[in-house]
Amino acid sequence: MTQTSLKITARNCQVYYGETHAIKDVSVDIADNTVTAFIGPSGCGKSTFLRCLNRMNDTIDVCRVTGDILLDGEDIYDAKVDPVQLRAKVGMVFQKPNPFPKSIYDNVAYGPKIHGLARTKAELDEIVETALKRAALWGEVKDRLLAPGTGLSGGQQQRLCIARAIATSPEVLLMDEPCSALDPIATAQVEELIDELRRDYSVVIVTHSMQQAARVSQKTAFFHLGNLVEFGDTSQIFTKPSDPRTESYITGRIG
Amino acid sequence: MTTSSLFLLVLGLGVVGYLLGRKRALAVAKATGQRLHSLPGYYGQTVALYSAVPALLCLLAWLFVQPVLIETRISAMVPDSAIPEGGARSLVMADLRRIAGGLDALKEAQNISEDDLLALRVETSDIRKQLGDVGVAIGSEVQGAVFEAAKAYRGAEITGRFWMTVLTLALALGCFVTTLLRIRPQARARNTSETFVLSLLIGASLVAILTTVGILGSLLFETINFFKMYPAKDFFFSTVWNPQFRGGSDLGILPLLWGTLYVSFLALVVAVPIGLMIAIYLAEYASKPLRSVAKPAIEVLAGIPTIVYGLFALITVGPFLRDYIASPLGLGSSSSSVLTAGLVMGIMLIPFVSSLSDDIINAVPQAMRDGSYGLGATRSETIKQVILPAALPGVVGAVLLAASRAIGETMIVVMGAGAAAKLGLNPFEAMTTVTVKIVSQLTGDTEFASPETLVAFALGLTLFVFTLGLNIIALSVVRKYREQYE
Repeated sequence: MTQTSLKITARNCQVYYGETHAIKDVSVDIADNTVTAFIGPSGCGKSTFLRCLNRMNDTIDVCRVTGDILLDGEDIYDAKVDPVQLRAKVGMVFQKPNPFPKSIYDNVAYGPKIHGLARTKAELDEIVETALKRAALWGEVKDRLLAPGTGLSGGQQQRLCIARAIATSPEVLLMDEPCSALDPIATAQVEELIDELRRDYSVVIVTHSMQQAARVSQKTAFFHLGNLVEFGDTSQIFTKPSDPRTESYITGRIG
Repeated sequence: MTTSSLFLLVLGLGVVGYLLGRKRALAVAKATGQRLHSLPGYYGQTVALYSAVPALLCLLAWLFVQPVLIETRISAMVPDSAIPEGGARSLVMADLRRIAGGLDALKEAQNISEDDLLALRVETSDIRKQLGDVGVAIGSEVQGAVFEAAKAYRGAEITGRFWMTVLTLALALGCFVTTLLRIRPQARARNTSETFVLSLLIGASLVAILTTVGILGSLLFETINFFKMYPAKDFFFSTVWNPQFRGGSDLGILPLLWGTLYVSFLALVVAVPIGLMIAIYLAEYASKPLRSVAKPAIEVLAGIPTIVYGLFALITVGPFLRDYIASPLGLGSSSSSVLTAGLVMGIMLIPFVSSLSDDIINAVPQAMRDGSYGLGATRSETIKQVILPAALPGVVGAVLLAASRAIGETMIVVMGAGAAAKLGLNPFEAMTTVTVKIVSQLTGDTEFASPETLVAFALGLTLFVFTLGLNIIALSVVRKYREQYE
């Protein structure tokens, strides 16, 4: 593995939902070519923080974010930044597979078409094929690209959503509990895929499964009640946590 | 006993049944020491339902059947000689019923005994005058045979009513006593009363279905009569609509159908884009407070009576189009025009399209929007490429429902587009639709057996088939849409 550089830097980040202070003073560094896992009990703010990283929280009226979040040294909450452009660079995969009610091909081609990544049909075909291959779905769907994406199984739908996200060639991929709706086999496939994606992207994954965090990530951040309790190498967090709360969570005493 | 007091009596018995049933259930449970299968109220309900429902059904059936039976029997008693030249038997029967009713009034007013009433003869007293005195006017002198039949009619009615009362009360009381006696703790009273509710629900749906069948049947019957008098080929394929009440008319549906489709098409051209844009704005862009004000405000349009829209078309839109567009361009000088009706009808349809589409767009899951925004799509890209395609089948359903409204609309067309049946393309010319012609063929003093009047039923049936087809398509499209996210 090459020397990793910082991709996203968050400093003193606060998030409020109306009166509720959901994220309290979080500072975190997310490296390139690394899988960073966010773990913590339900409602601890890890998904909220994830959604700050591509400004998906903008779609919620009452949500307010302060502090600095820098992507490659640029403040993403700066007035100059177009959230739409940002989201093209920072892709997102959701908890529940949400393919569009379109064909498999059109699902994957959606992002590239919007952002004008392909000039010809052949180029688009290639992008779609590459994305599907990278998402380990090509073999299963290559003969029925025009079938509706909603007709696939849950695991296939989630991999389709991943293919859809990587077809836009993002730099960072955010995954919000991508395996919570999947069975163990599909989960294993998606995990393998995440490991694969690390070569080209910085991946941030929110997960409820500590085994999953241990398996796929290199860095782990533990959130509790809106605070970032501990952040460090995954191996260290899981073997020698420095904060007692982390230890309690990992050993199953809180959460 | 009158029917309404009988009805009330049976209902009262039901109420008593409820109270007694409930009480008895508790008493029986206490006596046997067993636990009741259902709550005590259900035992009461069972008694109430068993006492009231069969008796009321019997009453209802009797009320339907008795007049038919008496009518046929009495009608046979009136000899052909008693029917005046050129008159109809039904007219004599109507007189007869009035006489029978008059006899009751006579008895009441002059305190005549039943025997004296039956002894009345046409030969011995002036029946017409006597009836006239109690406020029952008879058109001509009462004939002996008719008077005797009227007395028989009255007698049969009295007997019928008597037996109806007896049977209904017997049934109510019989069921009341048996169900009350059959109350046991282990009886499944809850299930019984639920079965009754179930049949009530089925009955209610049958009313709707049978009405449709009835409407269709009556239309079909008269339409067949029409086609016996007028060739179907001419009706469906002739391009001339020119009814003559002296006979020899041309009754081609094509000009009317063309007018209907033309006006509806223009209405949809107005309503669909505007309605859809309203729906998109309300569902995707408008803030919550704005939406909660704007949506009901738009739906007010749907509550305006169509005759008011018609007035608007007649005095505002029609003259405006004529003075500022049609006349200067030399396209026509009529204030009634297809365009007037189309525009106004389009405005009427806007809330249908916007309100339904808004609901459908709102039903598209938030996950679809998130997925699209997460890929860096803008709001408008998301709407155009994800939300509208997902909502399309539902929107099509909404449009088809609006279309069937447009096809059936009458008032706006009469006042906006006029009543001239014409085949033409100029939207500034007066034209008319199927519904308008149905009205104009059936109003007025015409006999009800000529093709000129019966054609209304054929027109109605054609329209019915048309809108039914549209509704079926709309419903199946909407159903297909529903399956998508479940």
